[in-house]
Amino acid sequence: MKSFLKYVKSAVILTVLMLIVCGLAYPAALTGLGQAIFPHQANGSLVTAEGEKTTDSDKAVGSAIVGQDFSDDARYFQGRVSGVNYNVYTEGDKADGSYTGPGSGGSNLAPSNEELKKRVDDAVEQFLEKHPDVKEGEIPADLLTASGSGMDPDITPQSAKIQIPAISEATGLSERELEDIVNRNTAGKTLGIFGHERVNVLKCNLEVAKALGEI
Amino acid sequence: MLQIALTLAIFVLAVIPMGKYMYHITTNKRTFADPLFDRVDNGIYKVCRIDRKGMSWKTYALSLLMTNAVMVLAGYLVLRLQHALFLNPNGIEGMEPTLSFNTIISFMTNTNLQHYSGESGLSYLSQMLVIIFMMFTSAASGYAACMAFCRGLAGKRKDLGNFYEDMVRITTRILIPWSMVFGLILIWQGCPETFGANITVETIQGKLQDFAAGPVAALEIIKHLGTNGGGFLGANSTTPFENPTIITNIVELISMMILPGACVLTFGKMCMDRKKEKTAAAVKIKEPVFGKQGRTIFAAMSIIFLVGLAVCFVSEKAGNPVLETAGVGQEMGSMEGKEVRFGVDQSALFTTVTTSFTTGTVNNMHDTLTPLGGMVPLLHMMLNCVFGGKGVGLMNMLMYAILTVFICGLMVGRTPEYLGKKIEGREMKLVALVLIIHPLLILGFSALAVSTQAGLEGITNPGFHGLSQVLYEYSSASANNGSGFEGLSDNTYFWNITSGLAMFFGRYIAIIAQLAIAGSLLAKRQVKASIGTMRTDNVIFAILLVFIVYIFAALTFFPALALGPIAEHLTLWFS
Repeated sequence: MKSFLKYVKSAVILTVLMLIVCGLAYPAALTGLGQAIFPHQANGSLVTAEGEKTTDSDKAVGSAIVGQDFSDDARYFQGRVSGVNYNVYTEGDKADGSYTGPGSGGSNLAPSNEELKKRVDDAVEQFLEKHPDVKEGEIPADLLTASGSGMDPDITPQSAKIQIPAISEATGLSERELEDIVNRNTAGKTLGIFGHERVNVLKCNLEVAKALGEI
Repeated sequence: MLQIALTLAIFVLAVIPMGKYMYHITTNKRTFADPLFDRVDNGIYKVCRIDRKGMSWKTYALSLLMTNAVMVLAGYLVLRLQHALFLNPNGIEGMEPTLSFNTIISFMTNTNLQHYSGESGLSYLSQMLVIIFMMFTSAASGYAACMAFCRGLAGKRKDLGNFYEDMVRITTRILIPWSMVFGLILIWQGCPETFGANITVETIQGKLQDFAAGPVAALEIIKHLGTNGGGFLGANSTTPFENPTIITNIVELISMMILPGACVLTFGKMCMDRKKEKTAAAVKIKEPVFGKQGRTIFAAMSIIFLVGLAVCFVSEKAGNPVLETAGVGQEMGSMEGKEVRFGVDQSALFTTVTTSFTTGTVNNMHDTLTPLGGMVPLLHMMLNCVFGGKGVGLMNMLMYAILTVFICGLMVGRTPEYLGKKIEGREMKLVALVLIIHPLLILGFSALAVSTQAGLEGITNPGFHGLSQVLYEYSSASANNGSGFEGLSDNTYFWNITSGLAMFFGRYIAIIAQLAIAGSLLAKRQVKASIGTMRTDNVIFAILLVFIVYIFAALTFFPALALGPIAEHLTLWFS
């Protein structure tokens, strides 16, 4: 019994020590350093309508590293399918309970699931209607599939370029202008090797909105 | 392809110095950082009055269990009471009892299976005092056990070391410094690190968008370094806030690979030590990079890892024929559930690494992987010895190594030996226990789930994939991995309790049995290697080991895999 108590005592001491060091001191120290050195990133990488960095959520229109939903407006570039609608909602959605707070996740539909086939079939049909020049089988794989997080900020350059003719028609901006916008917001591979070429949808759309005089 | 190869090259380059550093820590040899850490550690020992005597395997195991038990209790209380405590800016409710049970077992056993979603289920205080705290301590417990096990096998000293001392040394000398440095890199790349509430902004279309914030980076880095795997947010490292760029992706990959890899090197060096002392006490020999015994184990693990990676990559790259028919090009591979910034190659690499090194973090959704692409993570969790997390993988692989010498010994009719110790009935019984408990938990609970209504209700994908979901859940639980086929609706009494039990037994029965083996081998007399001794430090042994692992897995798991992913693959491509 005596030795049992000794085990308990040592265990309690070690637990308290670890709680203080790992559970409190370490995150507090990292937060202090992070807020001091990288305040923009540590607070969510928010951007204003002009595309400038900010830490003030009242001035921000989104985050530079998180995607946003533009699916109800044909004048804007469309991002990937989101399982959580990018956590974008209206006051009405919140009031009627169709939005219950931020979440994340993909579709979780197996490759063999009929629901996946149906979702993609419908999406392809709609897409071809909106983009009559595009042939079936030319649609890039990322555009009509759901991202893992539901918040993917990027699409591939192919997916951006394939949308240009339709957006040009809807906005009146020339295809050349839109191509420039896409090119300006395309990031290459890191060191030319790691990662993939990608286009930030929100940043493109901020430029489109500016060109249209919306903001 | 090139970026996969280069990422693995970075790993090999990083693991060599880390293996050396870890070896010096394990054996109390000098390191460059001693002047600082000796002071810190001595302060801790003094304040906590830690008795630094060496322990027998029983004392070591008891100390580990008792410490884990106290931590479970403390964590459980925080989860249940989180709504009433401070640091809860988003107003999160207290957690329901069976979910708390599952969560606390999950994090203490280093599994990190999550039946809750971080955004809506945990306050910041719980994220810190339960999740981050346990990510450090469960990882340190695992490495401590592994160190003790290696000391037993290397047979250099009379005891297995001191558990409390090991815990402190690993935490202060490896886990915290690495987490601080690379945590800052994650913040630089875009992981939030704040105690402020969730952020809401107004979009240019006049709608609102929410961002879940919090001390994400602090959790993120130890999540990988400790091979824990439980995300701050529901979708884990797929989300831009947990894994914003390719740089963070590589930092996270290396962080989760480095310590399991370094463990193997440490083991090799420790086995080398003994021979060195015997043969050439006077001659100063340069410290080897691997140590011969470690090299064979490392090679065997690498072979299995690379085979898995290749299968996963090829399968994902081939795409989904159903989507091809629907009119979506599949040249980039299967993109459902993946992120554009990572693409198929970095996703396949992450998937294979997270399950081989039993971390359980994901940068793509495993439920939407192609059937064979999803079979690789499943299989590697079933093997549970391809590097493996927090030292446990090495111990499991050494179980297979002992099994291999035993089987080979039977074939030639000699008493099997490993590292100069005779392997006899007692050790073999314990090895068999460790190797049998794992499939028993996976297949037993899966059978229970598919034969009860409560279990069947969790399945969300029809057909063969449904069985894969069940197998994946229990493999992940039993291997203390923690990734999931996330479609499974697993926050029910049935799933919370059964997977909680699988995690508990999967972790502790194995650790106790392995420490017992170490204790038993330590007590044996060293036998001289003779011409009839099977060598365990050459290529033939590495190949034998790989075959034993695959044969064992095939005999145990093939029927289940055939009914799940393999059947799904065949229907997808050939019907």
